[in-house]
Amino acid sequence: MAQPVGFFTDTTLCIGCKACEVACKEWNHLPNNPLEFRGSYDNTGQLDHANWRHVRFVEQPTKSPDKPIAWSMMSDVCKHCANASCLEVCPTDAIVRTEFDTVFIQQDVCNGCRDCISACPYGVIGFNTNTGTAQKCTFCYDRLQNNLKPACATACPTESIKFGPLDEMRQTAARRIDALHQQGMSEARIYGDKEYGGLHALFLLTDKPEAYALPSTESAVLPSRNNIPGYFTAAITAILAGVAGLIAFRRRGETTASPSPSGGGAPSSPSPSPGGAPSSPSPSPGGAPSSPSPLAGEGRGGG
Amino acid sequence: MINEHFVAPPNWEWYILLYFFFAGLAGGAFVIGTMLRLWGSAADWVTSRIAFLISLPLLLICPILLTVDLGKPLDFWHMLFDANTGTPILKVWSPMSLGAWALLIFGFFAFVMFLVALGEGGYVRSRALSGVGRLPGSVLGAAFMVIGAILGIFVAAYTGVLLAVSNQPVWSDTWTLGGLFLASGLSGAAATIMLLSRRQREANVTEPKLMEADRYFIIIELVLIAIFLVTLGGLVTKTLGGAWILLWLVVLVGTLVPLLVEWRPRWARQVSPVLASVLVLVGVFALRAVIIFSAQA
Repeated sequence: MAQPVGFFTDTTLCIGCKACEVACKEWNHLPNNPLEFRGSYDNTGQLDHANWRHVRFVEQPTKSPDKPIAWSMMSDVCKHCANASCLEVCPTDAIVRTEFDTVFIQQDVCNGCRDCISACPYGVIGFNTNTGTAQKCTFCYDRLQNNLKPACATACPTESIKFGPLDEMRQTAARRIDALHQQGMSEARIYGDKEYGGLHALFLLTDKPEAYALPSTESAVLPSRNNIPGYFTAAITAILAGVAGLIAFRRRGETTASPSPSGGGAPSSPSPSPGGAPSSPSPSPGGAPSSPSPLAGEGRGGG
Repeated sequence: MINEHFVAPPNWEWYILLYFFFAGLAGGAFVIGTMLRLWGSAADWVTSRIAFLISLPLLLICPILLTVDLGKPLDFWHMLFDANTGTPILKVWSPMSLGAWALLIFGFFAFVMFLVALGEGGYVRSRALSGVGRLPGSVLGAAFMVIGAILGIFVAAYTGVLLAVSNQPVWSDTWTLGGLFLASGLSGAAATIMLLSRRQREANVTEPKLMEADRYFIIIELVLIAIFLVTLGGLVTKTLGGAWILLWLVVLVGTLVPLLVEWRPRWARQVSPVLASVLVLVGVFALRAVIIFSAQA
């Protein structure tokens, strides 16, 4: 059994060079992005089926009048959550956990229902219209099987992206955060220790998680939390609807024992239903056959 | 508490909207057919038959819509069977997995009751069908219909739970969608049955009962819509804001107007019940449309 692996991305070391994005695209044969001006150096936009690494350019206001905006760069990636929302909802079991404890979408099993896309709280998964499947970072599964580091971590020139056994990455993150706190960066924090049972992609952040489009620890909840309340509400509604049906449809003294001569199953006698619509005896089958109904004589009698 | 997520939209659009609409009607029709049969008089059996006759065709549309919405339609069977081993696959915590099985099993019940309605009504002259047509009169038949109705409730309701069991803003921030889709599905089914039974004189006796039931369904639906909007908290602007308010107005027209027409105050007697039923169906459709599309915008 291979040991669990992880990334540790230190955002304080990221210079926004996007070497990780390029290496990822090259290794995984991902298509180029269309040229598009987005008003930012962040011309990747978001993680999706064609972008498994995304260097996020987070613009933060500063107190300096000379530099009113400061950038925080973060190379974002699938978090390979221990408790993965995508894996939880996938109806086909196309999403599996590998021997490296990473989360992998089997392309030959996925049928493109896109339930995982609505479940992933990080917006990691995208739908490839060419293959008809959901796609995301594989943690370079093929490279891991051959004892190679993932392409992004290999290419990162500043070692902002570190790769190794998960326990080792946690220790590295803990040492780094201690060092930064000692240097006075009290706002620095590790993201991924607690969220979703522990992430396989840890991040060192210098701001609150939401600034990097990461849900807070409190918001890191699984889709299945809504199963019981959802079905419970449906069950209560069903009971109320049943009571409504009982009130509306109950027998109200109609004479029902005599079968319809028309064979329609309806009684021949007028209904004293309080609803108001008269039920005049039908001289014609009214669409029902003229043959004797199998129901003839099976009336349950007026209530 | 409203959770803040950064989810990409799954792009569930028209096929899914139509699926949710027809699933609500198919499940609702079966439930109404069963209630009429169990609690109504023999006079109501004509309408009950109509309910069973429409449930199956409406249901048959559903897997077609679901399949064409898939990225790989030919792999639709992966929903039911493991692609590698061929063994059945069921994940009870995944509404999509449960729903796929529910559609299949409910389809069997809807099919049998369709045959029962055909046989009982004598629409098709066959000794076998006329035998099947006696099923509802037995205890076994009643049990069969009740089980089918429970499955019908599930098929009508789980689509709302499916949306909620996600991390999509709006959908996952409320616990009301399962009940809401069930109530509106029942209302839409009642309206459909009323529309289709208008030409059957023998069904006239049941129409006031259906109208009464529909009133209750609409009231439940309106209460759940109010709770739905309250539970969204600050996110309510995402579903109510901009042009979405127009769809909500359609939902309101599709609930309040039929409610008044079915209550029949003097001024509303001029409004055709046919129009009221059509408005209900438009409202049922608009409700699903605004919930599906606004959350993904």
